[in-house]
Amino acid sequence: MAEPLIAQRRFYLTFVIYWVIWTIIQTSLLQWYGLEGKIALADSVVTYVLLALFCVTVCNILTYYEPTRDLLLFLIILAAIATGVWGVTDKALLQWLVYRDGLHGELLTKSVPVRFCIAFLHIGWMIIITLFWKRIESEREDQTRRHDLEKMSREAELYKLRQQLQPHFLFNSLNSINALIRSQPTEARKMVHQLSEFLRGTLKREENQMISLDEELQHLRLYLDIEKVRFGHRLKTTFDTLDDTLVCKVPPLVLQPLMENAIKFGLYGTTGEVTIGLRTRLIDHYLVAAIKNPFDPEMQLQDHSGTGFGLKSIRRRLYLLYGRDDLMEINQEKNLFVVIFRIPQPYD
Amino acid sequence: MTKALIIDDEPLARQVVKEYLEAFPEITLMAECNDGFEAIKAITQHQPDLIFLDIQMPKISGFEMLELLDEPPGVIFTTAFDEYAIRAFEANAVDYLLKPFSQDRFCAAVQRYLGQQAEFRQKVPAVVEAAGNQGPLQRIVIRDGSKIKIIPLQDVIMLEAADDYVKIHAGEAVYLKKKTMSSFEKSLPEEQFVRVHRSYMINISQITRIDPLEKENHVALLKAGPRVPVSKSGYQRLKQVLDM
Repeated sequence: MAEPLIAQRRFYLTFVIYWVIWTIIQTSLLQWYGLEGKIALADSVVTYVLLALFCVTVCNILTYYEPTRDLLLFLIILAAIATGVWGVTDKALLQWLVYRDGLHGELLTKSVPVRFCIAFLHIGWMIIITLFWKRIESEREDQTRRHDLEKMSREAELYKLRQQLQPHFLFNSLNSINALIRSQPTEARKMVHQLSEFLRGTLKREENQMISLDEELQHLRLYLDIEKVRFGHRLKTTFDTLDDTLVCKVPPLVLQPLMENAIKFGLYGTTGEVTIGLRTRLIDHYLVAAIKNPFDPEMQLQDHSGTGFGLKSIRRRLYLLYGRDDLMEINQEKNLFVVIFRIPQPYD
Repeated sequence: MTKALIIDDEPLARQVVKEYLEAFPEITLMAECNDGFEAIKAITQHQPDLIFLDIQMPKISGFEMLELLDEPPGVIFTTAFDEYAIRAFEANAVDYLLKPFSQDRFCAAVQRYLGQQAEFRQKVPAVVEAAGNQGPLQRIVIRDGSKIKIIPLQDVIMLEAADDYVKIHAGEAVYLKKKTMSSFEKSLPEEQFVRVHRSYMINISQITRIDPLEKENHVALLKAGPRVPVSKSGYQRLKQVLDM
């Protein structure tokens, strides 16, 4: 529920100052008409304290009740009734508390229409402020809710995307370990450690926390070491990473799925030895990374169009993180498949 | 003696199977293959009774490789993918081992094969049919003599029934594949291929014109030239897909 206007501390201060100013104005005015200072002040204080109370009441009514139909008519009637009741009460109070014969009596009678008009304007003004505040508050509330919702669904989506990357790799790795246990127990143990470290690295990363390219590369190397055990001599990798790119910030787990994708296309799209290349450069405050894998253009692999799961999910993640669609591009040149992505780097 | 082959692109995965197989002296391992191409060669050469087959392999999948065999041997799938398990079981593959599997599980699979050899051997072609049920096909794999050809669907003009075979017209060439029209009807993407006649399925992007013939029959003219008869029900299907 939005905070009502009258619950705002700051509003009360303004509210009080507002009425003090009007009290001073009216006091001066009455004095100028020739009334005694004390009487003029008493008249003004009674008038405006009462009016302030009416305004708070009207504000309260509007905060908790607002008709959906004929709002304008409702407001005018509300203002008119409030003004009327105020006028009668005010006059009675003044006569009872402040009344003196002579000039004050005459002024009291003559000023009735003016007093009504002024009260009507004050109350109307209060109504406008109250409604305006309500609209702003509900708009702000909507915005927060939308924002939270978006954030939640984004997180859920990212979580899902990340989960989908794991199982096949995990099971195949376990199968390799199973094979190594008897023939090469030391290798098996090493692979268990690599696999655990890789999985831990995957799990503990927080989505919004950027990491350095160097950290991401270390994680990637664990992954590649495992894949090399699985695919033996068929898989080769070349890294061409300039030193100035190593400190660049990247979202975690962007490089690894792309590498996974390249390996998959490379290994499953051809029968021979496969070299996967990674190159990183820092260009105009963008970290530019290119991942290259060979493929056989005649094979018509199902996922060549870049709709493969890996590519699609990375594109989506880059979009969720940066709100941009142009950070990844896919090129096919002869028998090379190249994915290039750019990560904006902060200026400092 | 039972002759066996291991087909898997991961050396260590083959090693596990090989090691587990040592428990069966009556089974002789004839060869190990890295991919479907090697497998076809080895199967032709050794005529194995039983193969241990991975599904995801370089260039052609285990299912696609099976499709290319005239007389598939007994198949035990070994894969980390459980997506295909139900289909393979429905189709009576000897067994379906999910990596990593234990020695006990492996032995049970092999025992199953040894115990019910004859029965399973007859059922294997059903595996091949099941291969078509993994969602719409993206390409058709053909064995042309000793060569293996992969035809992308956009190159396929039409399919024509020919006894036990289906003639696949692609570009200038015509390929034969031992499969039924109805299995193609199930596995080809339905928004691209329409069975317009008992004996014909056409790629709708190839249609240039549809003319009425006599009674309720029509004839479709294809870009490449051929005129294909369209039956009454085929015309209905065509109308639906083309949104006429």
